[in-house]
Amino acid sequence: MPTYAALLYTEDVDWSQPEHAETTKQYMEFGQAAAAVIRGGKALYPTSTATTVRVSGGDVLTSDGPYAETKEALTGFYLFECADLDEAVRVSAKLPAARNGVVEIRPVIEF
Amino acid sequence: METGDAVARLVREEGTRVLATLIRVTGSVDVAEDAVQDAVVRALETWPRDGVPDNPRGWLLVTAKRRAVDLFRREAARSGKEAAAMPFPEPEPAEVVRDDLLRLVFTCCHPALSLEAQVALALRTLGGLSTAEVARALLVPEATMAKRLTRAKQKIAQARIPYRVPDAAELPDRLTGVAATVYLIFNEGYAAAAGSDLVRLELVDEAVRLARLLAGLMPDEPTVLGLLALLLLQNSRRDARVDAAGVPVLLPDQDRSRWDVAAIKEGVSQLGRGLRRAAVPDRYVVQAAIAACHALAPSYAETNWDALISWYDVLLEVADTPVARLNRAVAVAERDGPAAGLALVDGIPGLTEYPWWHATRGELLNRLGAAAEARTAYRRALALGLSDPQAAHLRTRLADLG
Repeated sequence: MPTYAALLYTEDVDWSQPEHAETTKQYMEFGQAAAAVIRGGKALYPTSTATTVRVSGGDVLTSDGPYAETKEALTGFYLFECADLDEAVRVSAKLPAARNGVVEIRPVIEF
Repeated sequence: METGDAVARLVREEGTRVLATLIRVTGSVDVAEDAVQDAVVRALETWPRDGVPDNPRGWLLVTAKRRAVDLFRREAARSGKEAAAMPFPEPEPAEVVRDDLLRLVFTCCHPALSLEAQVALALRTLGGLSTAEVARALLVPEATMAKRLTRAKQKIAQARIPYRVPDAAELPDRLTGVAATVYLIFNEGYAAAAGSDLVRLELVDEAVRLARLLAGLMPDEPTVLGLLALLLLQNSRRDARVDAAGVPVLLPDQDRSRWDVAAIKEGVSQLGRGLRRAAVPDRYVVQAAIAACHALAPSYAETNWDALISWYDVLLEVADTPVARLNRAVAVAERDGPAAGLALVDGIPGLTEYPWWHATRGELLNRLGAAAEARTAYRRALALGLSDPQAAHLRTRLADLG
């Protein structure tokens, strides 16, 4: 069965803060409901904590901030193991991020 | 004795069915396409000479499967893997073939593919057009089209777009995409009928063929019946839409004796079936009903404007667009006079960039004798850009105003 990465793009939030407890609870509920297909996933700290690393001519260049500044930021991800794209879409549509942001689904290459 | 053309048509129709089955068996659009292509070429070489076999589909299926096995063996030899065991099912019952075709329709028109890719794939696999033909039909360079098709097939394989018919609950949504794809193919051909490009007429025929195929596969779906009815009714006017010099002839001025009576009859009958099956109004059924009002009128003046306006009212219930309102206003102008029509036209927001809004205003102002205002409106329409023949028509109107 193929694995899909679901990338969650929403308003940049700090999940560690108590004001997001309600949304976090919704993700816990999703986690239980979709347990059969979830193979992994994490929430990310906000983009203010991001560091971008690049090596140029042997030098490590480190800069503050995310790779791309966008209105909606990558705030978390899941790995789903599903029969096909339609199932991955059905599962992803239940994510809170699908309502207040967008979810990008990409098949994972199995080497 | 079959003529060459009849054989070619038979090969193409059966080829589509065999392709649908082979995609299921091989799990690969690419391999299936190569294999069916090969079988089709062989059929076109041998059938006209030796006669059509008793079971043309079975012949094509067996030939294509042999070729697919070859392709898999070659692939396996190259990658050092064992040849994948491919099931060799017995000749398919009609029911299975029908389901394979449906699966193919919904795979080509999957919402995870761009609409461009959907149209291209539908023409390529369901229409049986070559990549070069699809490219020519959609006015895209062949290299671009080849890339688009490759990307679409890769996405089907890599993202695992399933080869399946959607569940009943998903069907209405998916069917909307399928219908839109076929309608788009039709419009690509129909809107360009001003030219004498035969490839584009072929596109119209292809869309009608796909709509017929859908209606055969889903004989109880109002959307599908409405779509087929709409295409048949619009297409019934095609010979009258352009004059000998290639200039488009508008509906009021068309020679109705050149309309295709058989297409109108069939369209109206499909419309009737769609109407009986639509629990709630379906936009294609309603648009077909509007087309039928025109098709059944003995002349433009004798059009049943009451019925037409009522159908536009229903259309606005299911698909309220500014253009639909504009068309309704034109019908009102015919029934209740230009002043009533103009009041409606002026009340439609959001069309100031749409040349036909200005052209319609120009026409109605002209009829009301407001020459100066009509002139301004015609000029606005021209400034927004129209195709050459359409612009020529408006310039004649302008010239008539002096």
